[in-house]
Amino acid sequence: MQIIKDKKVCDDDWVIVRELDDAAPIPEGNVILPFSYWQANREELLKQDSAHAAWIDGDIETKELSGELEHFSIIGLDFPAFKDGRSYTHARMLRDRYGFEGELRAIGNVLRDQMFFMFRCGIDCFEVSEGKDAEEALKSFNDFSVRYQAAADDAVPIYKLR
Amino acid sequence: MYKYDNYDQTIVDERVAQFRDQTERFLAGKLTEDEYRPLRLMNGLYVQRYAPMLRVAIPYGLLSSDQLRMLAHISRKYDKNYAHFSTRQNVQFNWPALETVPDILADLASVEMHAIQTSGNDIRNTTSDQFAGIAEDELEDPRPYCEIIRQWSTFHPEFSFLPRKFKIAVSGATDDRAAVKVHDIGLYLVKNDAGEVGFNVIVGGGLGRTPFIGPSIRPFLEKQHVLSYLEAILRVYNRFGRRDNMYRARIKILVNDLGKEEFTRQVEEEWSHIKDSVLKLDQKEIDRVKGFFTSPDYDKNAADDKSFDEAEKSNKAFSNWVKRNLFTHRVAGYKAVVVSLKAPGIAPGDATDEQMDHIAALADQYSYGEIVVTHDQNLVLPNVKRADLFSLWEKLAEKNLATANIGLLTDMICCPGLDFCALANAGSIPIAKQINERFDDIDYLHDIGDLKIKMSGCMNACGHHHVGHIGILGVRKKDEEFYQLTLGGSAEKDACLGDRLGPSIAKEEVANVISKLLDVYVEQRQDEERFLDTYRRVGITPFKDRVYPKTAVKEKAYANN
Ligand code: HEM
Ligand code: SF4
Repeated sequence: MQIIKDKKVCDDDWVIVRELDDAAPIPEGNVILPFSYWQANREELLKQDSAHAAWIDGDIETKELSGELEHFSIIGLDFPAFKDGRSYTHARMLRDRYGFEGELRAIGNVLRDQMFFMFRCGIDCFEVSEGKDAEEALKSFNDFSVRYQAAADDAVPIYKLR
Repeated sequence: MYKYDNYDQTIVDERVAQFRDQTERFLAGKLTEDEYRPLRLMNGLYVQRYAPMLRVAIPYGLLSSDQLRMLAHISRKYDKNYAHFSTRQNVQFNWPALETVPDILADLASVEMHAIQTSGNDIRNTTSDQFAGIAEDELEDPRPYCEIIRQWSTFHPEFSFLPRKFKIAVSGATDDRAAVKVHDIGLYLVKNDAGEVGFNVIVGGGLGRTPFIGPSIRPFLEKQHVLSYLEAILRVYNRFGRRDNMYRARIKILVNDLGKEEFTRQVEEEWSHIKDSVLKLDQKEIDRVKGFFTSPDYDKNAADDKSFDEAEKSNKAFSNWVKRNLFTHRVAGYKAVVVSLKAPGIAPGDATDEQMDHIAALADQYSYGEIVVTHDQNLVLPNVKRADLFSLWEKLAEKNLATANIGLLTDMICCPGLDFCALANAGSIPIAKQINERFDDIDYLHDIGDLKIKMSGCMNACGHHHVGHIGILGVRKKDEEFYQLTLGGSAEKDACLGDRLGPSIAKEEVANVISKLLDVYVEQRQDEERFLDTYRRVGITPFKDRVYPKTAVKEKAYANN
C-alpha cells in the first residue's frame, strides 16, 4: 500500500487491523492493532521482540498510552471524518507532552487539504485514501510557507522572527 | 491600525492560491461536493437559498477607507451593488458566482483582507468594542489583543476542526458594547488589586437554541498568559465537546454539562502544563502590536469651536441627529459619529456601493481614514472634530446615511431571514420594514428613547433575539410565519436573556403588538427610565395583560399556542 512518509510517497506493508476481538489470536506480520487489543494482550505481545504498533481514536485518552510509548514504533491516529478533529490534539499531546518520537500515522479519512494541519501537529505519516493521487497530495505541504503559531514543526511563533 | 508585513501578506496570498486550486479541482470534478463543502466553508462561502454567500472578515470591526472602497468595488463588480454588515463585525455578499470567489479573495488580499475562518468549525473573527481606542470608559485598548488572537488563531493546526464554530470577543471598557458574555470566550480587560491590567475570562456564553450567559472561570489572567490560557480552553473543548449532535456541540453545552467548577479544573490542569511554554507572550510583542493602534494627531484647539452649538440650536433635524448618533470621545472637541445603516425601507445593515464609497471619502476627509463596523450593524467614524460635525451630517444625509435613530426602536438588529437564508422559518427583513413603516414619527421615537429590538428568522439566533429589550423570533406554524416575542433581554454587562411574552403572534400583528408594549411603557415609566428599566421594575404582567387580554384568553384559549 502507498503511504506518505516524511513528505515522500512510499510503499509500506503495515496492515491496520480495524477490528479484533480481545480474545482473538495475535495476527501475523506487521500489524497496527487496536490499542484496546494491545492492552488486553500486552504480556503476550511484549514477549515478541518485533516492533509494536497500535492505533487509537478520539474516544481514548492519550494519557492511557503515555506509560507504554517506549514499546511503540508506530501509533496510528484515526480520523473517521473531516469534522472529527480530536486526533489533532492527540498528536500534539503525544509529541509535546509525552515526548513520543516514533511514527505518528494518520489513518482513516485522511484528506489532502487537512494534511498541512496534521503535519503541523506532529503527524509524519499519512495513509492515502483509496482513489486519491498521493503525488498530487504532496503539494499541500507547500500550501503555506508562513505559519503564525509554534507547533510540532516550528519551535517558535513567527513574531519572534519579526 | 494594524499593517500587514511580509509574513501576513504571504499568508493571505497563499490562501488565495490554495482556494483557487481547491475551487478548480471542484469545478474539474476532482473534489466531490461533499469534499469541497468544508473547504469552501473555511473560506466563508455558504450556499444559500438563491446563490452562494461570501462572508469577509473585518478583524475587530476596523476598516481603512481603502478597504471600504474595495468592498464597494467588489459589490459592484461581482455582486448586486450592495453588501450586508453583520452582527459579528463581518460583511457579507449575497450574490457572488462561485467561479469568481477566488478573484474576490485576490482583490481582498490586495487591501490586507481575507475570508479566512469566517465560517466552519474553527475560531472565527475576534470581535470588539466599536468605540475601542476612543471611549472615555476604556481601561485599555482591546484591539492589540484581538490582533494577537487573530494571528494565533489563523490556521491553528490543532483547532481548525473543532466540534463547532468558536467565537471570541474582547472588551476594555466599563460598558460592554461587544456582547462579550454571549461568546464562546469573552475577555474583559480588568485591573487587579495590585493595579495590573489583565483579563477576566468568561467561557460558555452563547445564543442559538440553548442560550447561556457565560460564567467567569478566571477573574484575573495576566496578559502574557492569554494565548496559553486560550489554548488550554480550546484543548479541553476539542477533546470533550460533543460531536454527536450539532445542536449540543458548542462549548456552552460542555461548560454546562461538566459544571463550571469541573470545567475550570480541567482547563487549569491543562494550562499548568503549557503556561510557561513558548505560548507565553513576550512583552515586546504586546508592545509591537500596540504600536499600530496609536492616536492620530488630534487638533488641540478642537474644543474651541462655536459653530457646532449654533447649528445645533438652529437646526432641529441636525439636533435630533446629535442627540442620537454621536458618542463621547475621550479627547475634548472630538466625537465618534455613528453612521446609521437603518434608514426606513432598507434591510438593517445593508449598504450600497455608492454609500460605501461615500463613507470612505468622508472618513478620509473627517476621520483620519478609519471606519468601524458595530455589532448592531452600523458604521462608526471614530474621530470627528466638533467643527466638522454639521458638514459631515449634511453629506451623510445626501446618501440617506444620517437617520437619527441610533439606539432607538428602528435601530434594529436583523438577520437575513427567509429572504436569503436556507434555514429560516420566517422573514425578518419584512418585519423590520413593517416596524419602520409603523413607527415613522421621529419625535415619538426619540420620546421612547433607548430600545433594542433584535430579530432572528429562526432559533439559530443570528439576530441575537434573546438579548433584545424586545426580541422577535420567527417560527413556523402550519406553514405560516409567526413571531415569538421576548422582553427584557440585554447583551451588556448586566447581560440576561429575555422572558417569553406569550403565544406567538401573526405576521401582520407584530408592529401592533410592539405599539401596545410601548403604550404600557409610556404609562408606567418613571423619570428617565428606559424601556428595559421599566420592564425590570414592573415585570412582565402588565405587558402580557395588554397584549393578551384575559377575556380573550378565556374565549379563544390561546388558539394559536
Ligand atoms: C444567511 C446565512 C446564514 C446562515 C446559514 C447562518 C447560520 C447560522 C447557524 C446555523 C447558527 C447557529 C450555530 C450554532 O449555534 O452552533 C448561527 C449563529 C449565528 N449567526 Fe448566523 N447564519 C447566517 C447569517 C448570519 C448573519 C448575516 C449574521 C449577522 C447579522 C449572523 C450572525 C450569527 C451570530 C452572531 C450567531 C451566533 C449565535 C450564537 O452565539 O450561538 N449569521 N448562524
Ligand atoms: S437566525 Fe436563522 S434565519 Fe436568521 S440568518 Fe441565522 S440561520 Fe438564517
